[in-house]
Amino acid sequence: MCGLCGALAGADHWADAAVTAGGTRSQRRQLRNRLANEVLAYYGLSLKEAVGGSPLLQNRTGQTALVPHLGALWPAAERLANRPLDPLDPDLIVALTRHGARARV
Amino acid sequence: MTLVASGLIPVNLITGFLGSGKTTLLQCALRSPELGTTAVLINEFGEVGLDHYLLQRVDEATVLLESGCVCCTIRGDLRDSIRDLYDRRERSLVPPFERLVIETTGLADPVPIVTTLTADPVLCHHFRIGNIVTVVDAVNGLSNLASFEESRRQAAVADRLVISKCDIADAPAINRLRASLRRLNPTAVQIDAARDPVSAARLLTGDIDDPVAKSEEVRRWLTEEQDLIAGHGHDGDDRHSHDISRHGDDIVAFSVRLDEPLQWSAFAVWLTMLLNRHGRAILRIKGLLHVAGVPTPVVIHGVQHTIHQPTHLAAWPDGAPQTRLIVIAKGVDRARVETSLAAFNRLATAA
Repeated sequence: MCGLCGALAGADHWADAAVTAGGTRSQRRQLRNRLANEVLAYYGLSLKEAVGGSPLLQNRTGQTALVPHLGALWPAAERLANRPLDPLDPDLIVALTRHGARARV
Repeated sequence: MTLVASGLIPVNLITGFLGSGKTTLLQCALRSPELGTTAVLINEFGEVGLDHYLLQRVDEATVLLESGCVCCTIRGDLRDSIRDLYDRRERSLVPPFERLVIETTGLADPVPIVTTLTADPVLCHHFRIGNIVTVVDAVNGLSNLASFEESRRQAAVADRLVISKCDIADAPAINRLRASLRRLNPTAVQIDAARDPVSAARLLTGDIDDPVAKSEEVRRWLTEEQDLIAGHGHDGDDRHSHDISRHGDDIVAFSVRLDEPLQWSAFAVWLTMLLNRHGRAILRIKGLLHVAGVPTPVVIHGVQHTIHQPTHLAAWPDGAPQTRLIVIAKGVDRARVETSLAAFNRLATAA
């Protein structure tokens, strides 16, 4: 499915596939959202779990967007951050590496 | 959701530059009984739908698009045509076809067609993308690849590359074309249309979602990747990533390996973010993933933004659990891809 248009297909986004046997679907989503939050924090964004609904993305000025699946997260994040979010950005990679190293200590 | 998408009608794209021999190939394929009942969508280019007349024997299930290019100007028409075709199938107005073949125009970029099929909320529940077959003319292919972005993109996204007109091209030219295509798209099978004993129908069947053919297909990916690594040597600490092609301006095929087990959550976050920012530039991605906690390999593949549902293989083809990604992209730096994937993965490991 299209990573950008996946909203149309809802729960069938490829990232939701039960690749690993461990945990429930909800637990897998929580783990993924926690990881996404560590990336989003670099851009001043946060993703909050919503009970019974789609997670809510928020920027520092309080603007929000619903993100029904992972594919919809990044276009919304770019809108709220008002900048490109590039996983190949060396500065982001340095920040994530430092963050990961601190977490391991 | 399970990892296996079954019961969906495979859709093949036959693409190739103007005059490359797409319709000839399609005619050969349709004559083969092993293909089963097949519906064909062709698009009319110009005022006369010549292809339509060439394919009259499948006219019953043929919808002739009225004008323009399938991929760009009438993508909505394509969606509507396929929906209409499926509706007629359900109402028994056309035979219950088991496969759909779309022949594109010579100037078509096949990627939007893939997107149309997989993103449409109706079509994605009835159809899946099968092999993309690109026909390259042995006489004019090299020139077209050098001159036209469309031709390079058609070759780059192919699962099968059919080289036509070998009987009227000289051997050195054919060899140069083969080498060029292999650098551009190392994972695609190359077939000499005139000589190789592969039926046209076999080009369309036996794709990565076929349970019977899947293992062999992945084994071939890995062989290509290993051959390329062996053939292109190593430099410095560039141990696991290898530029394997530079064609035209900047389309590059490269491989990335990851030694440590891949955290699926990290991969999902990373790849969705990567495709959001660079999806236009990433023509194809194919991978065999060693996912943490999963003893068997996970296969993933996609075309630009379109990622197919991941599937499992029963065993590691070469007995070595390791994540290997093959990427064909334009203007994407493979070292950064490798570094980025590793950083995201370590982040998940630390979480």
